[in-house]
Amino acid sequence: MTDDHITETTNRVMTQWNNDQSNLLQMLIDLQQALNGIPESAINQISAGTRRSPADIESVIGFYSFLHHDTHNPYRVLFSDNITDRMLGSRALAEHLNSRLQDIDTATVDYTSCTGMGDQGPAALVNGHTLTRLDKERIDQMAALMETNTPLSDWPAEWFRVDENIRRRDLLLETDFEKGSAIKCALESGAEKILEELDASGLRGRGGAGFKTAMKWRFCREATGDNRVVVCNADEGEPGTFKDRLLLQSFAERLIEGMTVCAKVIGATTGFIYLRGEYLYLRDELESKLQRYRDAGLLSKDIHGEAGFDFDIKIHLGAGAYICGEESALIESLEGKRGIPRIRPPFPVTSGYLNRPTVVNNVETLVAAAMIAVHGAAWFRTKGTEQSPGTKLLSISGNCLKPGIYEYPFGTSLEVILKDCEATHVQAVQIAGAAGSCIPPSEFSRSIAFEDLATGGSFMIFDRERNLLEMVQNFTDFFVHESCGFCTPCRVGTSLLKKRLAKVASGRATGVDLEKMRIIGSLTRQTSHCGLGMTAANPILETLDKFPHIYEPHLLSTTFEPAFNLDASLEEARQITGRDDPDAHLQGGGV
Amino acid sequence: MIRHFTIDGIKVPFQERQTIMDAAMAAGIYIPHLCHNPEFRPQGSCRLCTVKVDGRNLAACTTPATDHAEVKSNTKKLMAMRRTLLQLLFVEGNHVCPACEKSGACQLQAVAYYCGMLAPEFTHFYPQREVDASHPEFAIDFNRCILCELCVRASRDADQKSVFAISGRGIHVHLTVNSPSGKLGDSDFDKHDRAAHVCPVGAILPKHTGYDVPIGKRLYDRKPVSMVGDVSDHEED
Amino acid sequence: MADKVKVATASLAGCFGCHMSLLDIDERIIDLVELVEFDRTPLTDIKEIGDCDVGIIEGGVCNAENVEVLREFRRHCKILVSMGACSINGGIPAMRNQYQLKECLEESYLHGMGVEDAQIPNDPEVPLLLNKVHPIHEVVKVDYFLPGCPPPADTIWTFLEELLSGEPIEFAYRQIHYD
Repeated sequence: MTDDHITETTNRVMTQWNNDQSNLLQMLIDLQQALNGIPESAINQISAGTRRSPADIESVIGFYSFLHHDTHNPYRVLFSDNITDRMLGSRALAEHLNSRLQDIDTATVDYTSCTGMGDQGPAALVNGHTLTRLDKERIDQMAALMETNTPLSDWPAEWFRVDENIRRRDLLLETDFEKGSAIKCALESGAEKILEELDASGLRGRGGAGFKTAMKWRFCREATGDNRVVVCNADEGEPGTFKDRLLLQSFAERLIEGMTVCAKVIGATTGFIYLRGEYLYLRDELESKLQRYRDAGLLSKDIHGEAGFDFDIKIHLGAGAYICGEESALIESLEGKRGIPRIRPPFPVTSGYLNRPTVVNNVETLVAAAMIAVHGAAWFRTKGTEQSPGTKLLSISGNCLKPGIYEYPFGTSLEVILKDCEATHVQAVQIAGAAGSCIPPSEFSRSIAFEDLATGGSFMIFDRERNLLEMVQNFTDFFVHESCGFCTPCRVGTSLLKKRLAKVASGRATGVDLEKMRIIGSLTRQTSHCGLGMTAANPILETLDKFPHIYEPHLLSTTFEPAFNLDASLEEARQITGRDDPDAHLQGGGV
Repeated sequence: MIRHFTIDGIKVPFQERQTIMDAAMAAGIYIPHLCHNPEFRPQGSCRLCTVKVDGRNLAACTTPATDHAEVKSNTKKLMAMRRTLLQLLFVEGNHVCPACEKSGACQLQAVAYYCGMLAPEFTHFYPQREVDASHPEFAIDFNRCILCELCVRASRDADQKSVFAISGRGIHVHLTVNSPSGKLGDSDFDKHDRAAHVCPVGAILPKHTGYDVPIGKRLYDRKPVSMVGDVSDHEED
Repeated sequence: MADKVKVATASLAGCFGCHMSLLDIDERIIDLVELVEFDRTPLTDIKEIGDCDVGIIEGGVCNAENVEVLREFRRHCKILVSMGACSINGGIPAMRNQYQLKECLEESYLHGMGVEDAQIPNDPEVPLLLNKVHPIHEVVKVDYFLPGCPPPADTIWTFLEELLSGEPIEFAYRQIHYD
């Protein structure tokens, strides 16, 4: 790569993003796509163009796990490392690929957090593009293509196929939708009427927290400030969730219209879809759908013929940071910064993107809002419970015969769901992702609802053959990887938990270690800056209470065990001195 | 009419836009803190000022004071949590107090003394970190950095220089210097910068003045931080 | 005699400074011997530890022998006290944790200034080094911590007085420091 080529490409990318410093992250992502990495020599150029210091730019690169400087590897394979991928054999496949590629230095193999393909894994990303249904044969074929330097465009399209996998349709998915209908209804009824209808529908945020959508929109509508913003949170990062993938892939019209309806209500001119980097494969199709809306007069200027109703939607990509699913971190990321959750108040509805009043909603919430705009509150309330009206999309994966996407009315019990997806001998269901709850069979009569088991949609099943401790470790490792590092309890606490848990799993722990985990877990839960930290210890705290038997067999009967393996810590000295006499070893561990 | 809330039962007046920390400081009530300095925008990252506000744990430095709120700070539970937070900071870095020039005037130590921390107790990370002695007047010992970002804020907001930044993520978060080599000596940093005088620990230290004040006669050797306040209030430019 | 509390002490990877500080309680040592009987300690030169009420450890854990001594103390002492900065967080000896063990040994025995007959000791009599220096609480359960480099004699005295009289352990502000 010549210096001229780097300079030219950097210039092109920066121009594309208007040299606007709030688009820094997007520039870096595009530059990496174009050059296989972000050349260090481009940093000063970006700094001059965006008026952000080189250290500041480096700090953004350093935050997002997909961004890197190295431009020498034409292939970068990241295996999805969620527990469900692991249960499908992803680790062995990654190791196999690694051994196949030992002799070539044009590829790297590593792991990444859940890529949202739990129903069609094991999955991976190659240069950011999704690969599904990996097996040994395909890995061998991939290795062969990499050895011959075959460009990705010449790889079989089948490898990149992402299925819809709809297993059960209900209110949202089985009702037809006519393009433009939600926008038309919203314009006919007017903002106030739409808000009333939304309020009457009782729609609550589908990301998991369940804040009333009408209330959020009203707060924003009534906030002071110009240039309001609608943001679609498509950073579907909760391990085991993939239902937004379906909505973005096959129901994007409803999403676009949901955002436009929101824009009408709050008076927004700008919209963003914050699309997680793992869903890069959806970007082009979404862009062309947005363009078709513009061409049809349903987006951009004078929407649906209403003079002065101007609203457009841009797509911003994420780059491998789960924390950006938190709405204020997402806004920071939209502004091209590190995704550190903001101090609240102020809340985004009064001071969000570039301090403008901003609504951030989940994909599914906006889709539901579009449908409510067309069909009304009464229609929506035909399903669900009093406190949780409507339906919920679930992403079901793990030990069942029919993984995929299921739409259920709120209030449906786990029993019913497990029967439908043909799961047997179930040991536990992890609801709402890594931060959620681990439910034992004795509680399978409980149901999906805000008043019982609230969930963003992740539903991972573990049968009796599974070692649940591996699940706990997987989720704890996930939080270590995804902690933004801003606050003390989450930054340090998650790492300490990971170490203690590894100690337990390796059979070198006692009850003291469980007690220490409770202390650290309770601290992160009670003192962290944001929801990630507050829930990062959930996998441990939940299972310590509900599944104590997964810990007990690993514990030693001593009262205390050392933090490290005593004999192993002499190995280096044995190597250096060549000693192997009895005194060069330490027998046993704790006292 | 002046509005009030209470901290551990003591009535504290406050004005519009004041945080719990602002009002507490104005009233002379000490709430332990490390990343807070009233000169700069609060950020709430060290979490030591966590207080219970009407039953919820919140950082005093970022939470607006509200009328009639009942704030608990000096409770056994909160002090225990603060000790644990301090222990986390101690095991995360390499804090060798006997070999540190800041010892005795170090706010991390002082807050730990105040909270009754006797030992870090958790497993030490012993991270590999550098010392940057490239600047003629100042040195940075990254072993001691607690990521309070006070130097970042001071350099950006008071000095208008942005010499410092935070990079990495999670446990790999670290302080960086904005210069071509990444070294302080190569940056715009100056000994008169505000950023040179806000470090609560021994991470950013002046050269040539080592042990001018002997150990045992330093700021926190005789009186606790709750009485003498932040170390940056006692630093001379 | 039978009612006296049995106390043992040891210095692991430390400098004996904490033991010196213990002796700095001056004439109070007369009061102390009224109350306690010393078992294994550098002060008595007893080499084997018997069953004790209190064990006091100075210094961190840097080699195999430290581990063995520490475990012996834990087995024989009802109460184990971690005394001083090294014992509590590794202290100065733990500054070698910034380097690989190999680098440390090579610098000391092969490439350092004034080294003659350069070789890394491998005599079985010499305790083998751990790859890192650790505080003692990472190896055994510790009941009490006495910070300081060294802890002041006054702090040690207060601690022993309170411990022996069964009172809660409390220190005045100036009795606690880490340096």
